[in-house]
Amino acid sequence: MTSLTKKGPSGWIVILGTIIVSALVIMTAIAPWIAPHDPAKTRVGPIREPPSPQFPMGTTHLGQDMLSRILCGGSIMLQVSTLSVLVCFLIGVPLGLFSSYVGGVFDRACSLVIDAVYAFPGLVIAIAISAMLGRGVVNMALSIAVVYIPSYFRVVRSQVLSIKELTYVEAARGIGAKWYTILFRYVFPNVIPSIVVVATINFADAILTAAGLTFIGLGVEIHIPDWGRDLTSGWQYLSSGAWWIIAFPGIMIILLALGFTLIGEGLSELLNPKLQR
Amino acid sequence: MSDASCMAKKVFMLSEIVKVEHLKKYFPVQKSFLEQLFTRELSYVKAVDDVAFSIRSGEIFTLAGESGCGKTTTGRVIVKLLEPTSGKIYFNGADITKLKGEKLRLLRRKMQIIFQDPYASLNPRMKIIDAVGHPLEIHGLAKGEEKKKKVLEVLEKVGLTPPEQFINLYPHQLSGGQRQRVALARSIILKPEFMVADEPVSMIDVSLRSSIIDLMLSFRKELGLTYLFITHDLAVAKYISDKIAIMYLGKIVEMGHKEPLFWNPMHPYTQALLSAIPVPNPERERKRIELAGEVPSAIDIPTGCRFHPRCPYRTDKCSKEEPQLIEVEKGHFVACHLMK
Repeated sequence: MTSLTKKGPSGWIVILGTIIVSALVIMTAIAPWIAPHDPAKTRVGPIREPPSPQFPMGTTHLGQDMLSRILCGGSIMLQVSTLSVLVCFLIGVPLGLFSSYVGGVFDRACSLVIDAVYAFPGLVIAIAISAMLGRGVVNMALSIAVVYIPSYFRVVRSQVLSIKELTYVEAARGIGAKWYTILFRYVFPNVIPSIVVVATINFADAILTAAGLTFIGLGVEIHIPDWGRDLTSGWQYLSSGAWWIIAFPGIMIILLALGFTLIGEGLSELLNPKLQR
Repeated sequence: MSDASCMAKKVFMLSEIVKVEHLKKYFPVQKSFLEQLFTRELSYVKAVDDVAFSIRSGEIFTLAGESGCGKTTTGRVIVKLLEPTSGKIYFNGADITKLKGEKLRLLRRKMQIIFQDPYASLNPRMKIIDAVGHPLEIHGLAKGEEKKKKVLEVLEKVGLTPPEQFINLYPHQLSGGQRQRVALARSIILKPEFMVADEPVSMIDVSLRSSIIDLMLSFRKELGLTYLFITHDLAVAKYISDKIAIMYLGKIVEMGHKEPLFWNPMHPYTQALLSAIPVPNPERERKRIELAGEVPSAIDIPTGCRFHPRCPYRTDKCSKEEPQLIEVEKGHFVACHLMK
């Protein structure tokens, strides 16, 4: 931590992002014990009551306690985004490594497919795949993963293309290292910083996409508390003045996405020395 | 043939550790899409264009020349980091030109290369102990404690003392000279017989150069190493070499033992290069031969003698006919029409 603060503004940005994200993660983790009401239970209070001492964030159109729903509602989003980042990482990174290291026809074929996916608007593919797979955390994660695999692939591929021409890779060949040794001990460790940056920014995107999917009804079962879900059910009541049903979940989604974006942007500036003054 | 002469010939053959014949390395030139549409023929950078020499065991053979003359490419082709376009490479009498796979990996134990830029030749994410010990692991020679012991030993040898202080550092924590010592340690840990040293001191602080060169010279005795030394610095070449070959645009223009070459340079290019070496005595008058123009592009090599556009003594013949490398004195080869 102390070494981060010494690196100027980008160090502080990383710290701020980490604080936001870890606060939200901890909040979600301990929510079942601190929530004043069962977040799914209807009619714990009057319908659409504005924030009051008894219900600090108001109640929903079904009379659920908004505060409890905010505390518990991050769980699905965090699960989906973590899972999708994991899937992206496990597919995009090895594919990018092999494709650019091997080169030739394999590289061309991979790049063509990946570029085709990349050319589509992300949310449209995610909706299409999600509609095919159906509801559920895993299905959401998979449909989001498909959208973001190309960004991993492209970053890894371009990095490997430049790293594999460097002298230390040539030196590794000179001492008789096999191709996979070179790939995993000389090339891969030097790509990791870029992957970390992509992964954190990907986290933020995955959260927003997950919110989008839930908003149009492709999320999880209705009874599970979820910020995206509350946006869907709440926006119809905005015109009747019930701003609190969508305002609080919206703020939470923005905060979580902001936290990851801050980490990503800060790290990319820290790890990429060329951007530093 | 009598047995004795047969034996003699064999001994002579064996003492030749590296030999190249008609070595060529052309790099195809990338063309733009439009150019590809309109022209069929590929153009090439003729980095190395028909080079032949042999290095005897224990010798220090220097390739010298301006940058872009193909000396580095020659070194890389010999240690099989680049595939030659044509020609043959022999190592200890065996043809290694087409060697691949496992056999090539075994050969790498015997021939090593050390690079010019110590800032680029070490993996920034590998500790010194892993960087230096990796060749041992790759060839299954040592692991764990044994590896550590050997790494400590070899670091001591290259002058990084006390070695315990260095093994857990990363390359960015070392200076350029220290890094080059680490690179040197990595290449001698397998006890090779032959090493290509590609301008190993040109990027190092002048004050440290001689200590690294002396280190390399000491390995020659201690480990029986043979060097192919690549340099653009003739003062360094003069200090260390037994034999020198001067390259110009992918060809050897003059080759011979150090003394005759330095005392009696015959090729106009060699003469010009030697006259450019600074002399520490300001009183001494010297004639400087200044070459006109720049080194031509290796894509469009001049016809005839490739040096003729810059040569002060050129004749009509020079632009038409390419001179061959001929033995002018014993062991002193020159490629120039003036020699006939």
